[in-house]
Amino acid sequence: MPELIAKTALGGPVPLLLAATELAEAPILPMTSVAPYPGREEQVNAALKPLGVAFPVPNSQSAKGDVRLIWTGRDQAFLIGAPAPEGLAEHAALTDQADGWARLTLTGPQAEAALARLVPIDLRANSFPIGSTTRAPLGHMSMILSRISENGFEIMIFRSTARTAWHEIGDALEHLHARASAL
Amino acid sequence: MRIAGKGHIDRTKPLRFRFDGVEYTGFQGDTLASALLANGVKLVGRSFKYHRPRGFLTAGSEEPNGMVEVVDGNHHTPNVRATMQELYDGLTARSQNRFPSLKFDVLGVNDLLSPFLSAGFYYKTFTWPRAFWEKLYEPVIRRAAGLGTLVAQHDEAAYEKAFAFCDLLVIGSGPTGLMAALTAARAGADVILAEEDAHPGGRLLSDGGQVGGQAASDWVAGVLAELKALPNVRIMSRTTVTGVYDDGTYSALERVGLHLAPRTDLPRECFWRITAKRAVLAAGALERPVVFPGNDRPGILLASALRAYLNRWGVVPGKRITLIANNDGAREVARQVMAAGVKVAAILDTRENASAVEDCPVYLGARITATKGRLGLHSIEVAHKGGKLTIETDCLAMSGGWNPTVHITCHLNGRPVWRDDIAGFVPAPNAVPGLIPAGACAGDFSTAAALAKGAAAAVDSLAVMGIAATAPDLPSAEDAPYAIEAFWQTPGATGRQWLDFANDVTTKDVALSAQENFRSVEHMKRYTTQGMAPDQGKNSNVAALAVLADVTGRAIPETGTTTFRPPFVPTSIGAMGAGGKAQGFAPQRLLTSDQASRDRGAPMIEAGLWYRPSYFPKPGEKTWQESCNREVRMVRTAVGVADVSTLGKIDIQGKDAARFLDFVYTNTFSTLPVGKVRYGLMLREDGMVLDDGTTARLGEHHYLMTTTTAAAGLVMRHLDFVHQAFCAGWDVRFVSVTESWAQFAIAGPRARALLATMLDRTPDLPFMGVTDVVLGSVKARLFRISFSGEEGYEIAVPTRYGEALFRDLLARAETLGGGPYGMEALNVLRIEKGFITHAEIHGRVTAYDIGMEKMVSAKKDCIGKAAATRPGLIGAERQQLVGLRAQAPITAGAHLFRAGDRVHRETDQGYVTSVCWSDTLNCWLALAFLENGRARHGESIRLVDHLRDIDVICEVADPVFFDKEGAKLRA
Repeated sequence: MPELIAKTALGGPVPLLLAATELAEAPILPMTSVAPYPGREEQVNAALKPLGVAFPVPNSQSAKGDVRLIWTGRDQAFLIGAPAPEGLAEHAALTDQADGWARLTLTGPQAEAALARLVPIDLRANSFPIGSTTRAPLGHMSMILSRISENGFEIMIFRSTARTAWHEIGDALEHLHARASAL
Repeated sequence: MRIAGKGHIDRTKPLRFRFDGVEYTGFQGDTLASALLANGVKLVGRSFKYHRPRGFLTAGSEEPNGMVEVVDGNHHTPNVRATMQELYDGLTARSQNRFPSLKFDVLGVNDLLSPFLSAGFYYKTFTWPRAFWEKLYEPVIRRAAGLGTLVAQHDEAAYEKAFAFCDLLVIGSGPTGLMAALTAARAGADVILAEEDAHPGGRLLSDGGQVGGQAASDWVAGVLAELKALPNVRIMSRTTVTGVYDDGTYSALERVGLHLAPRTDLPRECFWRITAKRAVLAAGALERPVVFPGNDRPGILLASALRAYLNRWGVVPGKRITLIANNDGAREVARQVMAAGVKVAAILDTRENASAVEDCPVYLGARITATKGRLGLHSIEVAHKGGKLTIETDCLAMSGGWNPTVHITCHLNGRPVWRDDIAGFVPAPNAVPGLIPAGACAGDFSTAAALAKGAAAAVDSLAVMGIAATAPDLPSAEDAPYAIEAFWQTPGATGRQWLDFANDVTTKDVALSAQENFRSVEHMKRYTTQGMAPDQGKNSNVAALAVLADVTGRAIPETGTTTFRPPFVPTSIGAMGAGGKAQGFAPQRLLTSDQASRDRGAPMIEAGLWYRPSYFPKPGEKTWQESCNREVRMVRTAVGVADVSTLGKIDIQGKDAARFLDFVYTNTFSTLPVGKVRYGLMLREDGMVLDDGTTARLGEHHYLMTTTTAAAGLVMRHLDFVHQAFCAGWDVRFVSVTESWAQFAIAGPRARALLATMLDRTPDLPFMGVTDVVLGSVKARLFRISFSGEEGYEIAVPTRYGEALFRDLLARAETLGGGPYGMEALNVLRIEKGFITHAEIHGRVTAYDIGMEKMVSAKKDCIGKAAATRPGLIGAERQQLVGLRAQAPITAGAHLFRAGDRVHRETDQGYVTSVCWSDTLNCWLALAFLENGRARHGESIRLVDHLRDIDVICEVADPVFFDKEGAKLRA
């Protein structure tokens, strides 16, 4: 059996740069759903300690270096950037999610404006500061959205919807680009 | 004509434009209306019903007359208000509702027939014969009466939808709005200032005059400069707030690219949804026309419009101006016109006791009894306190008072309150929670009051949010009294007095409505169509109900108003549905095998947003049926490969995982050995079948559930509900892994041979077994399950390897005489085997109906079990799943009848859910639900499809047509 070739959802397209804002596909990282069993919060946090992260409260994330634990739902967070630590499986259901999600990054002065065309929630920096994570619709798609820098976002969508997401965010950027040049 | 030195247009930038084929020149900063008036064009439209020649009445979005079609190549946009259309070089527009031309309109004959064409005429006259209404009368009437025409092509232009959030939304940027925004901005609140016009400033720009000792427009520029420099302020010009919704949500329409020559990448409009903690409504007021005979001629406009054309665009649409007014406001207009060097023939004041001291003749107690000039006003007949006279005049400006722009305060059912002192309606207190109306829209008409009220509204709004704000020092400004005396119509006059210019409604029509007992204001509106044109009655509502109050002998507040509903201005469907056209309608979910399937020419069909290959055509195959037959044969005799990744997959873990599955499935999963797979049936709480699928036990406390493609989301939601509502404390956790695994079915007698070529060791996997395998260095899962009736496997790899594995599997299958198969073949294979899909478990069938009542375990409880035993859900009267065989084409959706019965609703015995041509069995097969069907195998039944004219006798059979014993799939 020959070695199977791995591909990201979009196959690593050339980043789209419009309105000084860049849309890019991010590489596949280790990603594990961590769902603590009832009453195991302490044990879960103890097991997470070597990674320097703790189970996050809703709409937030806990991060250290390249390792992030982002809230994704009730009693559920995704550990990104590192495999699950030893002993965690005893206290939380662990499920590999690395292949299920396409990760896009949107960075630049118009990132927030582009998302405001697709996401019905308040993304102003004071309402959604760096380190925030939320589940929200992206157009008609389901998304996990994090602010990763002052004007940068990480967008996680179902892998199968990556092309639609790319297209719709691209449309929003194209419109913003046209607006900027139409003044 | 243009007035030198007046207006905020850029005279260094001339722009060429065309109207009705004639080329004109305007300037940067003009609207189409101001540019046409500057070029002496007064006749711009024909009225809706009588085809009366009409000119501009207003200078704003409430314009009822000046609607044109803006042409762009093969497209045009109808009903564009020329007063809102900014001029750009090359703009091409044409008039509407006229034939053959504006100046000579054949249907102008309607105007001569007007004594017969009163309100309700059409509905009273064209009542017989009934069938003629839709086929003949209505099309003819629609052609004769109307607005712009539609283009019979798709609108390919770009539109946007967007969301915005703020602490304080300020609606309108006149003195009130600017002061509110400034107050809030200085206090550090997040402010959105929405302005309908291209330039913020409101009436400060159109009225001229002074604020704070400087020209009003300079004061505006100063405030804007400060606001623009603040990071917490967003100024949205060309943006009309169109509606108010719950919880501080406002809709707004932004004209993004309509002021420029069309571009494909630039949106025409953007539909905003703005969520604001608080809002200040500073929408100002709209001037009312004066109602007198012949008040609709081109050249007759509002005094405020005359003032705006003069101050903003340096245009006066006449050489001898006359004004008629019932308040003091028009005096300043006359003075400004005279100061600009234009002659004012007279001021006609309807009040008896107003001042007569002006630099032009003033007539008190004045009435206009007639006007002359068909295509443009040239004279008026006047009666006044001192007698009668004729005035030669080519431009008459009217001010019948001002209506506060209360519209959006009524969007949550608030009813405006009448104020006698200003003869107008003001917003009811707290009509919209969180919104404070201030300035003219709340009845405070002077500039000084507006500035003060705007600041106060902002301070009050911010206080609620806990932000302390202080009102800035107020600049000095005009503070003249309004001094209105209501004047609703001209008494004792003959001739038609127009109320609603857009829909051609006169005072007589309102009287007729009352006479025919349509006395409620809502009935009057519908009877006369007053207020139902694109201006939504902005110019006519109050006057019309004043006339109605008069003829019905009631007071105005008693008569009430009609309801203002969103949107405040006409809103294009394109903007509201932005992004939803064609593929924007729904996301596309693409398989890892997508490109490989398309490379092979497979037409893709959508299933639950997924795009799946329908069939894989081979050279020489002319129809899908040929390809499908070949693919079925291929699976039955060799091996086929299909992408089944679309099935929902849910990873379930925890000490109570088995218990949880026993609770949601009708059958038992706690007894399933590790490494085995079991078919499961899931019910809704009402006892109907929710979904089916297989669940594998991967470990003691670890299961993998499979759902159907269509119900994947539904099942996840159901599990979440059951878990949270009934067993939140259980040690069970689940998460979707649908997208984490690419999974491929390998089916057919040579399936095992195919696997042998790719695995180091062919596992001796029993039917319904599961095991981990390794492909190269990739960890994979191998299931032995079958949806085809053949020996079948499904192999799953992490999705990143999906495409590579699919291409590899196809290559291996082809060396074994196999290949890919699509949805059509998959469907035939499962019908032959009697496997159900959501065509059968469509939400109205029970486990009993599909012959699976034995799968509802007697040993335990499960969701839906109790409800499934309700009377009427079990028994011979139920329509039960059966198979049908036929020798002629049959269709899904057809209904079943006993041969010999009359074919009608009462004798309906059931219906067909799935149909295929089976090459394997050489006949048509169907799955169907038939009353008492299980007891009727072997009977003949009549299948009737009225939609497709099909009437065939079928044989009722067991739903499993092929390999009933399952010898093949267990091989």
